[in-house]
Amino acid sequence: MPTSQDTVAIKATGITKWFGEGEARTRALDDVQLEMCFGEMVYIVGPSGSGKTTLLSVLSGILRPDAGTVISEGNDIWSMSSDALASFRLHKIGFAFQDFHLFPRLTVAENVAIPLILRNVAWDSAIAEARKFVDLVGLKGRSDIAPVKLSGGEQQRVAIARAIIGSPDLLIMDEPTASLDGDTGKSIVGFVKEQLLNKNRCIVIVTHDSRIYEFASRILHMEDGRLTKEEQGKQNED
Amino acid sequence: MSRLTVMLRLSVSVRCNDDDSMNGTLRLAYKLLVNDRAKFITLLVGIGFSVFLMVMMLSMFAGVLNRASATVINIGAKLWVMDPAVNTVANTIGLPDYTLDAVRSMKGVKYAVPLFSGGALVKLDNGTYQPVSVLGLDDSSLFGRPEMEAGHIEDIYAESSFIVVHDSEYSKLGSPKAGTTFELNDHRGVVVGTAAVSTNSLFGVPTLYTTYYRAIQYIPNPRFTISYVLVEPKTTADIPAIQKQVSTLGYLALTREGFEQRISRFYMFQTGLGMNLLMMTAISFIVGLSISGQTFYTFILENIDKFGALKAIGTTSKVLVSMILFQASFTALTGYGLGIGFCALAITLAKMRLPDYAALVTYQNLLLALVMVIIIAAVSGYVGVRKVLRIEPFDIFRG
Repeated sequence: MPTSQDTVAIKATGITKWFGEGEARTRALDDVQLEMCFGEMVYIVGPSGSGKTTLLSVLSGILRPDAGTVISEGNDIWSMSSDALASFRLHKIGFAFQDFHLFPRLTVAENVAIPLILRNVAWDSAIAEARKFVDLVGLKGRSDIAPVKLSGGEQQRVAIARAIIGSPDLLIMDEPTASLDGDTGKSIVGFVKEQLLNKNRCIVIVTHDSRIYEFASRILHMEDGRLTKEEQGKQNED
Repeated sequence: MSRLTVMLRLSVSVRCNDDDSMNGTLRLAYKLLVNDRAKFITLLVGIGFSVFLMVMMLSMFAGVLNRASATVINIGAKLWVMDPAVNTVANTIGLPDYTLDAVRSMKGVKYAVPLFSGGALVKLDNGTYQPVSVLGLDDSSLFGRPEMEAGHIEDIYAESSFIVVHDSEYSKLGSPKAGTTFELNDHRGVVVGTAAVSTNSLFGVPTLYTTYYRAIQYIPNPRFTISYVLVEPKTTADIPAIQKQVSTLGYLALTREGFEQRISRFYMFQTGLGMNLLMMTAISFIVGLSISGQTFYTFILENIDKFGALKAIGTTSKVLVSMILFQASFTALTGYGLGIGFCALAITLAKMRLPDYAALVTYQNLLLALVMVIIIAAVSGYVGVRKVLRIEPFDIFRG
């Protein structure tokens, strides 16, 4: 397990999160401790309702925990103001959502350019940059069409291009292969690994899909809101 | 060096500045809005139709009010002396002759002349009768004379002469030329010329100009025959003093603008016209608000997960609010422009077909419609902002 401070991408301590009130109150996360380093591709796996997505949301500054800290670059992200937290997400985190959440009324390039546009990059520059990333994810010549005209796998690639265009420290992917067939799923995760996995990046993937475990550096098992087991992935075995 | 590293360095080097940020996010908002063509068109039609109805209603009312003040505008006197019970030009109450002398002797008055204003029936050559409005101008000065189109104004002094106003009602007299004769109260009348006026009258009858003394000879009158005393003050500063002196006589002296406002107030508050207009304008506003509010809300609902995704990616609430307000404002102002355009087109077409069509688009009407459209945009925007600010990015993650 990596321990050196300069290689730690994000560190969570004592993360606890409750949902609901009264008798319906349930603990989604229970005193979770973890550390993720640059150069790692960490999988979080477990049954439905085990708290994987909740943990991912807490780590990425989307869901405020009831207790615990999430440290990035020496700062607790949950002590930041809402605008600073939004800026943290924009500049440090890349999101690839399970349902892609692409804008059907924008072109592929415009969808990919969104993080740059939000970062004050001029429209034309952002679109030009986005075209390069669209090409990079293997969709050359598809920049100017609507995403709805693409297959599920291609839409996932667009979502990944949008997630990585801003050069995030931490790439977060929620069930990236949920709506894809086995081969497409493998090719997409393999592509992300090939493109991003170097010492400056950290990739966190929540998944149920054991077919893509081969790409993991570490696999964290969750159950009932707790990290119950950690195993080294084939990536580290190599 | 990997291909990605090169790409990432490139992305860091792209040009950034604050103006571009706002332009970029607003351009994003613009594209999200207009690329959803069905909803955008529905929004434009809703707001455009609402503006069209509002401006049409207001323009017709403005047209009616303008026509109601036609004589005041066309005569053009600076100060009008009248009985305090007079509310419109058409319903005059005669002033005794001494009023004219008294006004002429007042301090600050340059000159004062009588004006006769009344209605009559003329018998045309074909034997039919036509109601007309007759204006009798002061014999010596012809103050308030119209601009002549054909003939000479001094011909008005010839025996039995009348000048016909060449407006949309002109044809009701059989489009008379110089020399055409008619009967007015068993007196012979002769048309000696035609004149143009800036504003047509409201009541749909032709207008004849003659001299004051001929008018009171031809038209049966009560004891007092002066309808109004028209006053030219020495300076504008003298007007309040003249008004005060006239009031001591028990009469009312109004400036041209004051008289027009008095007529407007009468039609607005003492007839059903104002209330009907208010109701129609309110209905138009409600229709526009309902259509645009509902459609905009549906637009936001359909894109709520996308706005949530933007929020998750790192868009601040301020930027999201600016995007939604921009969408609401852009739609409202475009709809406003369309509504005004259709209104102008409809009025133009109506005037081509009906020359007497009374509708007038005024700056006040446009401003009022703009205020209502801004309210529509504000309400629609508020509904959208409220919804978007409540969405939790975590819900997007959960799917």
